[in-house]
Amino acid sequence: MSSRRSRSTQSGVSRNITDDQITDLVSKLQQLIPEIRNRRSDKVSASKVLQETCNYIRSLHREVDDLSDRLSNLLATTDSDSAQAAIIRSLLM
Amino acid sequence: MSPKGVTLNTNSHKIKFARRFIRTLLRMRKNAPSSSSIEEIRKRSQRIKIAAYSSMAHAVGSRRAWSRAILFKLRNRARHHGMMRRRSMKKRVIKNDPPGDQSQTNKLRQLVPGGKAMDMCSLLEETAHYIRCLSTQVKVMQTIADHFSK
Repeated sequence: MSSRRSRSTQSGVSRNITDDQITDLVSKLQQLIPEIRNRRSDKVSASKVLQETCNYIRSLHREVDDLSDRLSNLLATTDSDSAQAAIIRSLLM
Repeated sequence: MSPKGVTLNTNSHKIKFARRFIRTLLRMRKNAPSSSSIEEIRKRSQRIKIAAYSSMAHAVGSRRAWSRAILFKLRNRARHHGMMRRRSMKKRVIKNDPPGDQSQTNKLRQLVPGGKAMDMCSLLEETAHYIRCLSTQVKVMQTIADHFSK
């Protein structure tokens, strides 16, 4: 695979983007995705990492949707006013 | 790029997000009618979802392209309400997508806010940060929901 050199002029900074840089970033991404991290195999193709990244982001979006539904239902039923301080306290721990 | 350590960064985002999001939730509860219909609950769920993404984008601020994209979208929505349609001012952006990964990369661009206009390097960096913040957002929402459930 020959390394491509291209210039990006976005935000006024010209960068020479090499395959190495992209590989490096892909491997950093790899560390963040539970699916791949738990499999402990070093040989994951970039395409697989991108695919799992997309799946992971979609699952996070779904979780946000579900939690929003749940919170909306809960909001109709809770009464306590000391909620805010208590929640922030528990989040800081 | 950013001099701060990762833990410090995520923690401050987490707290800023939590404060803003909880404030919004409590305001919603104050304005909520005592008996909520299914329709009202559904509409509120939509508003809560938007508040969650908005609070996180505000917590991160203009430091990141993805958060800027969300804030930009929110401000446009508030201002124009779909009335004014500006001609899109697209700069010529060289994207540097690796060959053979077109469909995966495009799917990723659609999932990350502002992804369509980023070059490949930025897209990968922004994705990493976006994922970290998204999972923080989910954890905080989970904690709040658990707390309200008690």
